[in-house]
Amino acid sequence: MNKLKELFLSKKNILSIYYTAGYPNLGDTVPVLDALQSGGADLVEIGMPFSDPLADGQTIQLSSHKALENGMSIKLLFEQLADMRKTIDLPVVLMGYFNPVFHFGVEKFLAKCKEVGVDGVIIPDLPFDEYCTSYKPMFEAYKISNIFLITPQTSDERIRLIDKNSTGFIYMVSSASVTGAKANVSDQQVDYFKRVERLNLKNPRLIGFGIGNHDTFIKACDNAHGAIIGSAFVNLLTQEGASKEKIGTFLKDVRA
Amino acid sequence: MANNYFKEYPNKDGFFNEYGGAFIPPVLEEEMRKITDAYYAISKSHNFISELRSIRKHYQGRPTPVYYCNRLSEKYGGRIYLKREDLNHTGAHKLNHCMGEALLAKHLGKKKLIAETGAGQHGVALATAAAYFGLECEIHMGEVDIIKEHPNVVRMKILGANVVPVTHGLKTLKEAVDSAFEAYMKDPINSIYCIGSVVGPHPFPMMVRDFQRIIGIEAKDQFFEMTGELPDKVVACVGGGSNAMGIFSAFLDDEECELFGVEPGGRSLNYGEHAATMTLGKPGIIHGFKCYLLQDEKGEPGAVYSVASGLDYPGVGPEHSMLKDLKKVNYTVVNDQETIDAFYELSRLEGIIPALESAHAVAYAIKLAQENPKTSILVNLSGRGDKDIDFVMEKYGLPEDGN
Repeated sequence: MNKLKELFLSKKNILSIYYTAGYPNLGDTVPVLDALQSGGADLVEIGMPFSDPLADGQTIQLSSHKALENGMSIKLLFEQLADMRKTIDLPVVLMGYFNPVFHFGVEKFLAKCKEVGVDGVIIPDLPFDEYCTSYKPMFEAYKISNIFLITPQTSDERIRLIDKNSTGFIYMVSSASVTGAKANVSDQQVDYFKRVERLNLKNPRLIGFGIGNHDTFIKACDNAHGAIIGSAFVNLLTQEGASKEKIGTFLKDVRA
Repeated sequence: MANNYFKEYPNKDGFFNEYGGAFIPPVLEEEMRKITDAYYAISKSHNFISELRSIRKHYQGRPTPVYYCNRLSEKYGGRIYLKREDLNHTGAHKLNHCMGEALLAKHLGKKKLIAETGAGQHGVALATAAAYFGLECEIHMGEVDIIKEHPNVVRMKILGANVVPVTHGLKTLKEAVDSAFEAYMKDPINSIYCIGSVVGPHPFPMMVRDFQRIIGIEAKDQFFEMTGELPDKVVACVGGGSNAMGIFSAFLDDEECELFGVEPGGRSLNYGEHAATMTLGKPGIIHGFKCYLLQDEKGEPGAVYSVASGLDYPGVGPEHSMLKDLKKVNYTVVNDQETIDAFYELSRLEGIIPALESAHAVAYAIKLAQENPKTSILVNLSGRGDKDIDFVMEKYGLPEDGN
């Protein structure tokens, strides 16, 4: 069975961690992944760096810029991940912007994902309609989940359409903004979480953007199947490097 | 092309055949849809059109003239005409779409205009429009460009705009776009993003083209009135491509008019030394739209350079990308040195100092005239060169100094 499906059937309060490939050092991609598994993360999103990340705030912009300077690329990422399934049981999702994937070749990209054992892909700037017209059959052929983002502005009708046409999970962007850790979750956001909950979607839901500590994580878990932490974790890597111990403590503190 | 070209291109999703569209994160999707709906609803209304017409006439000083270059034609052959967008208020064509975008903002009840600027031309035009309509204006500009383009920064400030320095990455245009988008996304209710060319996600390439069509509409009439025929060749420079779309749009159906888009050849056609997007790029996605794109082997937008800072962008308007594939427009290249030569030729033979961007088009027109001594050539002189004089003197000096 697909590792994403398995995860959501077997667990609640999913903690998903995002980090940028090749950051802080080029060789850190796999060590960070190992540390996340042993520290108890449930799901990992590996960011493929891009120079114009329209959906990302300062933290991830800077990590992407550094990773590119380090020499990170999609080609190299697949080389780094070639043997990951020998040790990694966690579902792994790649997240990045469309042009590098398009340039690499969408079909070739999906074939590589399958080869190394990547379970899903998130491409925030690939429009849902464009996906349905041009790429959906390819994703299905390679059995790679394509995960879409929804926001407080997305209509019920569109959310249902996205739910029908995607697999894995639905990425609920917590507010109409860019990525970056915030201190709390507002009532307005909770209203939106509840609205989506009432839609009874077939896919599980994870909440991302603005989740970064124990309090926001718990609040997200109250309203979805779990949450995604990105910027707060990247900040940790910036300060501490790919330290297994610090990563373990970070995960423990979030769950507490 | 089709009789209803402007209704068919772009299609409802913003595509010009395979180019264009809206490759943007969902947080932007809804806002772009709102701007698109508003644009369709408001821009065709009689009140909107009347107000814009009045602004063009009484505030911008339109129509700008078409002028026959007597001495330039005598020297190089052919009959060279200029559409004088340098005489548009603020000295370039940019104000055409800025006034349109700001008028739309006013109709939408927005309080603030947000944009990026590279060389500062778009920023100055938008700050002007904001002052006219009494709107706030926030211009994002890379720290490097702020230093390089000091006079335009001063102009924006005098006009009351808030210039936000962008301090991350390479601190130039690309980062400024990211920063402006980010600022817009923080408050999409009260603000509106006003892009600087026929680029970006739908509806911007369409909106900016529509507001720039006035150049072609006027020029075609004026040229016919002066000569009793249409020009054999129409020439415009292409960075993002707004001035070129403006003039080309009037001639797309006229088989007898050959259209030429001139890209910046920079120092050489080696990677990083030019911005000849359509000549050397391949299809890709940047800043929310699909187009010909200069990119590196990883699919990162490529490093670009041109003597004209208004032309150094790794992407190009999606409509140009389509027109290239359809072979409706010939895209070609002029290098830095040819541009500087044309800059001086036009200054000294006609008393018109062109912007370095526009000097690319003049340089190509000179080539065409030499090759076709009987031909008539209409050049879109998109802007005046006052902004470039210090740079040219410092870097190249006067021709008699051995330039």
